[in-house]
Amino acid sequence: MTLNYYLVLAALLFTIGAVGVLVRRNAIVVFMCIELMLNAVNLTLITFARSTGTVDGQIIALFVMVVAAAEVVIGLAIIMSIYRTRRSASVDDANLLKY
Amino acid sequence: METMSAEGLLSWSWLLVALPLAGAAVLLLGGRRTDRWGHLLGTATVAAAFVLAVLCTVQLAGLDERRADVDLFTFISSGDLDVRAGLLLDPLSLTFALLITGVGSLIHVYSIGYMAHDAGRRRFFAYLNLFVAAMLLLVLGNSFVALYVGWEGVGLASYLLIAFWYTRPAAATAAKKAFIMNRVGDVGLALAIFVMFAQLGTTSYAGVFAAVGTLAGGTVTALGLLLLLGACGKSGQFPLHAWLPDAMEGPTPVSALIHAATMVTAGVYLIARSAPIYDETPTARAVVLAVGAVTLLIGAIAGCAFDDIKKVLAYSTVSQIGYMFLAVGLGPAGYVAGLAHLLAHGFFKAGLFLGAGSVMHAMDDSVDMRRFGGLWRRLPVTFVTFGLGYLALIGFPFLSGYFTKDAIIEAALDRDDAWGWVLGGVAVLGAGLTAFYMTRLMLMTFFGRPRWEDGVHPHESPSVMTVPMVVLAVGSVGAGFLLVRAFPLADWLEPVFGEEHEAEHVVAPLTVGLVVTGVMLLGVLAAWLFVGRREVPVLAPVRVSPVTRAARNALYADTVNESLLMRPGQWLTRALVWLDNRGVDGAVNGLAATLGGSSSRLGRAQTGFVRTYALGMLGGAVLVAGALLAVTAG
Amino acid sequence: MTETLSGGETVVFWVLGPIALAGALGMVFSRNAVHSALWLVNTMLALGVFYVVQSAPFLGAAQIIVYTGAIMILFLFVLMLVGRDSSDSVVETLRGQRVAAAVLGLGFAALVGAGIARATQDLVVSGLGDDGGNANVTAIAELLYTRYLLAFEATGALLIVAAVGALVYTQIERAPGSRRGQKELARARFLTTDRPQTLPGPGVYARANSVAAPALLPDGTTTEESFATGIEPQEVDQMPRPTGREQLGSPDGALGTLDPAPSDRGDGR
Repeated sequence: MTLNYYLVLAALLFTIGAVGVLVRRNAIVVFMCIELMLNAVNLTLITFARSTGTVDGQIIALFVMVVAAAEVVIGLAIIMSIYRTRRSASVDDANLLKY
Repeated sequence: METMSAEGLLSWSWLLVALPLAGAAVLLLGGRRTDRWGHLLGTATVAAAFVLAVLCTVQLAGLDERRADVDLFTFISSGDLDVRAGLLLDPLSLTFALLITGVGSLIHVYSIGYMAHDAGRRRFFAYLNLFVAAMLLLVLGNSFVALYVGWEGVGLASYLLIAFWYTRPAAATAAKKAFIMNRVGDVGLALAIFVMFAQLGTTSYAGVFAAVGTLAGGTVTALGLLLLLGACGKSGQFPLHAWLPDAMEGPTPVSALIHAATMVTAGVYLIARSAPIYDETPTARAVVLAVGAVTLLIGAIAGCAFDDIKKVLAYSTVSQIGYMFLAVGLGPAGYVAGLAHLLAHGFFKAGLFLGAGSVMHAMDDSVDMRRFGGLWRRLPVTFVTFGLGYLALIGFPFLSGYFTKDAIIEAALDRDDAWGWVLGGVAVLGAGLTAFYMTRLMLMTFFGRPRWEDGVHPHESPSVMTVPMVVLAVGSVGAGFLLVRAFPLADWLEPVFGEEHEAEHVVAPLTVGLVVTGVMLLGVLAAWLFVGRREVPVLAPVRVSPVTRAARNALYADTVNESLLMRPGQWLTRALVWLDNRGVDGAVNGLAATLGGSSSRLGRAQTGFVRTYALGMLGGAVLVAGALLAVTAG
Repeated sequence: MTETLSGGETVVFWVLGPIALAGALGMVFSRNAVHSALWLVNTMLALGVFYVVQSAPFLGAAQIIVYTGAIMILFLFVLMLVGRDSSDSVVETLRGQRVAAAVLGLGFAALVGAGIARATQDLVVSGLGDDGGNANVTAIAELLYTRYLLAFEATGALLIVAAVGALVYTQIERAPGSRRGQKELARARFLTTDRPQTLPGPGVYARANSVAAPALLPDGTTTEESFATGIEPQEVDQMPRPTGREQLGSPDGALGTLDPAPSDRGDGR
């Protein structure tokens, strides 16, 4: 077994996350899918850090985590306020911005 | 021609233009507040201008040069073009100024009575004042540009006054017709001015006439022909004569002042003023002659056929101006004769129109001569003054027409070539026709059995109308003798046209006078035989000879205009409209519709569903990944 | 500098890799959002182990603590607020969305998988040595406070802004002065309701240990006001008796009620 198994796994996770974003309507689940995609990227970063023998990849992954945390805070706040006004957490219901 | 600045009273001559213009401004801007005294103000400004013109004339007569320039201000200064607004006072312009203000004052007075019951009387006087101001600017201006300003001003005033009763479709149409046909001529005048500026760099009379000799022959001929086109449009000469009879839809004083005495003679003035140009181009001068001769006959023939008293007088005007064109086309020999006829015509034709207005006034505004008859008992003053004007017009011996028309015929014969005989013959024939149609008019209007419609009670006009008629009748009687014999116009105009042209008379003047009188009497006799002897039918006979039918249709001038110009013009505009709608608009609209349609169809992609957009992003990512893979694999 | 990994790691990968994948698929396909969150926790834990295995023990710990511990808890909180019962309907409203998503997903996975497989066939494993072991935290800290200091500070600012932003965003605006104080609340309460005092508690422990048991008034009748809203009142005798009843005896007996409980009459109804 070589390192690229990790990478293929990360690619699969990323794809599953992306498809989840496309097929799920609950905004919170969509958000979770995005988190999954970020995690898949983190796995890639850590794998390459190991491959190159430097810690930089791990640091980038750390930053991704922090930014993801910030993003989750804001995103969930947005979902909350949308839910308050529309009584719905479905991304399909927030479709006023269109032609 | 060197410039000589005006002094004394002459330097105030700009008031000649300014006074009527101020009157028009007050009346137009003042609105209803001026309704009560507007007509008095209008008359007063023109009368004051007349007095000023007389004083200026007296002072000018005292000068050695008999010529003065009044420099006013810079009118246009643009690059090489530097037009100074100024007045040129010389015998020619002041003669016209006297005619305009003199006849104008009388007609203003007449209009006070004629328009007394019209709601728009103030407006009428405002337009009349505007006309007088523009006409004075036309004749007094010292450059072709100033002339052009006045030229357009009288065109505007003419339009406004023909359409004075603008609620009548006939009047509105006639006004538009007059305006458009004038516009055709104005294009010629404008082009002539452009040519002058392009070739000579100046438009002032002094500058142009001093340098016209340096121009190439073709240019001068073009200049002459373009000026002639302008003159034809304004003076109702062939082929632009069709508007003048229709212009009779305006109030009768307008017909008298604008379409008989003054504005329509502007073309004669233009050609006389441009004498130095025509001196250089015999071709253009010959065309002037031809135009005059043709118009003379057309007007006279058409005048024989109409039953509308004002139309007959209008065609008479066309014909008489043809005489004037003929005269000025003869060159130095004819200028004075033409202008003398112009002045005399100004008197008697204005008098005739005022008389016709008086008749209409009496007959409830009817103009159909077949419904007149026997009016001489009821309208004695009108009859006498109209009769004197009639005699003057047909050239009854020792009245004004006799002297001036004979002078023209003599001048034509004095050419001493085949053309001279032709032109002289045409002029003599025209004199006979004039006698015929005017006698017919007199007989149908004043003599015979009354054929009035029921409820018409003819009555003489008030004195405010008859007094101007009397004054004009006196002028009609005496003007010719005064201008030709007692106080020769030739001497007065010498600074403009040079020494009097002493020609060898081919035919003795006495012979000419006798022949013309004889022909005139023939015409009178013919009219008596055709009209006077028999009962005049109330309705015009339908079954008439082709000649009569042609004459009734004014020799098909309108038909020719319509079929040659109007119809093709309509076709052209229709084609252009079609091209514009389908071609130009079609392209633009089609492009807009294509863009609009495609954008609205593309806009459907903006569903508002976030997941659709995410699908697009993933699709893009797939494409990018595929592309990367393809590149690295390749 | 080896290209193949150790056997132990291989075992870990083949055990945890399918678990991670199963968690991801479970998250996408479970209709209940809470189940989705739990599936995701599963995947994240597996990933945390992978981090540790891959010489990143600090990130592995952070993954478990921050992601599975903090962020997923936040998700669950919001789910509870928004309504956890909002199961997604299985009907897809956007035409062709699922098919397109599936096609694109498969295509993307194929392309990226093929690309990675091709590009990283001979991926060397330099290894981090001690930096990936006990000195991992030190190594990260060294770089974080030197080369990545600026980014670190910016990330800190980002966190602050996000926290404040979330507060501002979710705050419900009240017009100034519209908030009622204790005095106004008390006045309103005494003026508008017939019952200024608290409602009676349920009859728990009176005869049964259920909140559905009504409270008894002094005259022995039950009062409906003692029920919490949304609770169906139940007959007391059908409720489970307090445990140890045999020892304590009937509550009616203990309380000395005049009217014995129906079951105590022994009529075998």
